[in-house]
Amino acid sequence: MNAHAAAVEIADASVRWSGRAIFADVELTVERGEFVAVLGPNGAGKSTLMKAILGLVPLAGGSITVLGATPAAARSDVGYLPQRHGLHRGMRVRGIDLIRLGLDGTRWGVPLPLVGGARRRAETRRIEEVIDLVGAGDYAGRPVGELSGGEQQRLLIAQALVRRPELLILDEPLDSLDLPNQASVAALVHRVATTESVGVLLVAHDVNPLLAYLDRVIYLARGRALAGAVDEVITGSRLSALYRAPIEVLRTGDGRLVVVGQPEAPHYHGHRHDPET
Amino acid sequence: MSPNQTPPLSLDLAADVRELLQFPFMVHALEAATLVAVLAATVGWFMVLRRQTFAGHTLSVMAVPGAAGAALAGASTALGFYVACGAAALAMGGTRRQVTSRHIGESAIIGTVQAVGLAAGFLFLSLSHQVLTELETLLFGTFLGVSSSQVLVLLGVAAAALCALIAIGRPLLFSTFDPELARARGLPVRALDVAFLLILALAVAATSQITGALLVFALLVAPPATAQLLTGRTLAGLALSVALALVIAWLGLAAAYFSVYPAGFYTTTFAFAAYALARIARAMASRLRGR
Repeated sequence: MNAHAAAVEIADASVRWSGRAIFADVELTVERGEFVAVLGPNGAGKSTLMKAILGLVPLAGGSITVLGATPAAARSDVGYLPQRHGLHRGMRVRGIDLIRLGLDGTRWGVPLPLVGGARRRAETRRIEEVIDLVGAGDYAGRPVGELSGGEQQRLLIAQALVRRPELLILDEPLDSLDLPNQASVAALVHRVATTESVGVLLVAHDVNPLLAYLDRVIYLARGRALAGAVDEVITGSRLSALYRAPIEVLRTGDGRLVVVGQPEAPHYHGHRHDPET
Repeated sequence: MSPNQTPPLSLDLAADVRELLQFPFMVHALEAATLVAVLAATVGWFMVLRRQTFAGHTLSVMAVPGAAGAALAGASTALGFYVACGAAALAMGGTRRQVTSRHIGESAIIGTVQAVGLAAGFLFLSLSHQVLTELETLLFGTFLGVSSSQVLVLLGVAAAALCALIAIGRPLLFSTFDPELARARGLPVRALDVAFLLILALAVAATSQITGALLVFALLVAPPATAQLLTGRTLAGLALSVALALVIAWLGLAAAYFSVYPAGFYTTTFAFAAYALARIARAMASRLRGR
């Protein structure tokens, strides 16, 4: 893997789903170690773009290079947290076992006693390390179904980190969290990105919990993308051009951003098989 | 055995065990029950974790078309069980469904398979102009008529199913907890789904020959569900599930031997009692913690 290549390079990429363009001609570069938020209305293709970067969705055109390789080849160096609506309640697995599956869940067979002891000890050390990193020491031994949304999210971030990825893709990790938890998970992701020197692509609905930490944002709307620093991208004129509709961006006294007039993507309703949902 | 010929139950445990083991039919029954308990409790642990109990129940009902089809074709009933369960597993697993909504469309598909299976059973019955002579055995099992060759077949089936389960163990767990992530990491989630249903079909077909189609619950659902109430640890849960199933099966057989009531009644009652006790214990534990 090329150590000097950008984390993600997207050139003219398009994705089509059952005959309909999800996005077209997206042009982006994410540098290594950057913390980037992926924003945009529902149905704009944020999740699909993440899946394309993971090589899970075929491109209709253009190319995506991840860490200097094809998405499929780079996949083992990318940590991924899919979009979800909470682990189901009553799920009887301990957080620590869930994290271990992030390491060895794709290996066939079961661990044998007396075999591979050194590797297993190294893995156990790494698991303890990521549990410390996300601050889940108090509840990693409890069944995940009994934990709060914020606690589950921290364990899942630990699972995504456990294989020392160079790029972390988090799809709506702040979704379904209350405001204090959104703030603390955002701070956690920032701390992780710095201490583990890993690049982060984080899909979010609301940029505000992330504002203090972001290097850049990617804004997807109407099948097109805009990338740059927060102050460059989230402005009335840039978003109006992207949406092809009048948009206003207001800044509140405490620095929060409010986007006004943002229409939902026109194709969002009526498509039950949207890969975004 | 008529009521006035019930063997004497003494307070001497060793003598009771000697009494139990003096007849070959009891030895075969205990061997068969042991094999089935280990198999059902292990496969059942994954089934309960994956919330596929309804699929397991549907597979057990396939005993009806299995037995009727075997009678029609002149094959052995056991073979009919395996074929019918395997076909139902493929029908359930082969139906396409989206990962994200896997628990929504699933029950409708399984219910359809169950109805079609039962309908096929009645068709086979009327085609062969027979009534199922051993309906009671089919539904409620027979521990006491197991031959040594049946035990050998059970041993082979249990070994094959458990080896397959061990081979796919970790990826199966991974895709159970997080199908989307497992797929993203390159695991064949759908193939694992179908493979597990086939293993479940083997386990159910083997178990229902001993416990009967309706009492499969006693070994396939209750011990794993009890174990999962008591621990969230993977290995400890599996071991506890197997231990519970063994105790339930052995005690059930022994109780039936020393009394006039059937083994199926005892195994199911013990299984239910274990589950109920575990629930009470957990409720009390969380109460104490809450204080």
